[in-house]
Amino acid sequence: MNSTIVWMIIGMGLVTYIPRMLPLVVFQHVKLPPFWQGVLKNVPYAALGALIVPGIFFIQDDIWFGVLGFVSALVAAWLGANVIIVVLISVAVLSVYALIW
Amino acid sequence: METTLAAGKSSQFRQGVQAGVTIAIGYMPIALTFGLLAKTTGLTLAETIMMSAIVYAGASQYIALNLLTIGTGAFEIVLTTFILNIRHFLMSASLNEKAEPDVLWKKALYAFGITDETFSVAAMKEGTVNSPYMFGLGLTAYGSWVINSAIGYVVGASLPQSLQESMSVALYAMFIGLLVPALKKQRKTILLAGMAAVINSICTLFLHVSKGWSVVIATLVAAMIGQCFVKESEEAQNE
Repeated sequence: MNSTIVWMIIGMGLVTYIPRMLPLVVFQHVKLPPFWQGVLKNVPYAALGALIVPGIFFIQDDIWFGVLGFVSALVAAWLGANVIIVVLISVAVLSVYALIW
Repeated sequence: METTLAAGKSSQFRQGVQAGVTIAIGYMPIALTFGLLAKTTGLTLAETIMMSAIVYAGASQYIALNLLTIGTGAFEIVLTTFILNIRHFLMSASLNEKAEPDVLWKKALYAFGITDETFSVAAMKEGTVNSPYMFGLGLTAYGSWVINSAIGYVVGASLPQSLQESMSVALYAMFIGLLVPALKKQRKTILLAGMAAVINSICTLFLHVSKGWSVVIATLVAAMIGQCFVKESEEAQNE
């Protein structure tokens, strides 16, 4: 094994782990001001919005591929399908699309 | 009493595993391709497994391979990784608000498993999350990531091209599947997700902000605007 690569991997691991770990360990008994508690409660919904858009539209060069995946997942989820069904449906729809085009 | 406690814990663990299965499936094509690319980049099998096992962050591992190919130095790769993954700080802080208190080493251990995907699943779960749940969720996703990285390297192939393409939507579809039930329940969540989506699009597409910062900025700004301007009935809970 190349030792530069190994050290690089360890470095990458550390700088990834520390932000994941600090808040859970440091804030365990810290009660944040209500404003920040509210902000942190909003974070999951905002994060999901940012994780989905615009990324999903660029999963392939053909933008319609992403648009179709977005719409089919949205419709399936809106109709009440659970998460794994939503995933399977959008993968299936895109497989059919890829087959046709 | 002890047995019911133990049963409660193991069922929480199992619930976590079940919730992790979707992530495990979604990680498969990405990890297989990572293994394959690592091989073509010239990494050894041990280095490839090490990277997936120690770094455990998809996007930055891909970028590391890219940067290695063009001959970027190790320090710069580590710095890029840090910037790309700083968003997990925000996610961990948010998760901490709904995590049950526990001995710190357990929290420090399951914190390793926080990714965009495990965070989203845990954050959308009803009620609080405890350590057994987080271990079940984290181990399932982590196992898939590490094992499929190795398989991709050894087999030297990813999924068939057409399946690979259609499966690239899997994790996005999962995010949508997690978000939509919340959207239906509360108008506020539509505004939060919508604002973050718009801000993130503007930052990445027009202002060319790096992806790592862009997600952090979009999430934080939307969450703060939501807190300042969108009043909801839950205001009363904030004392």
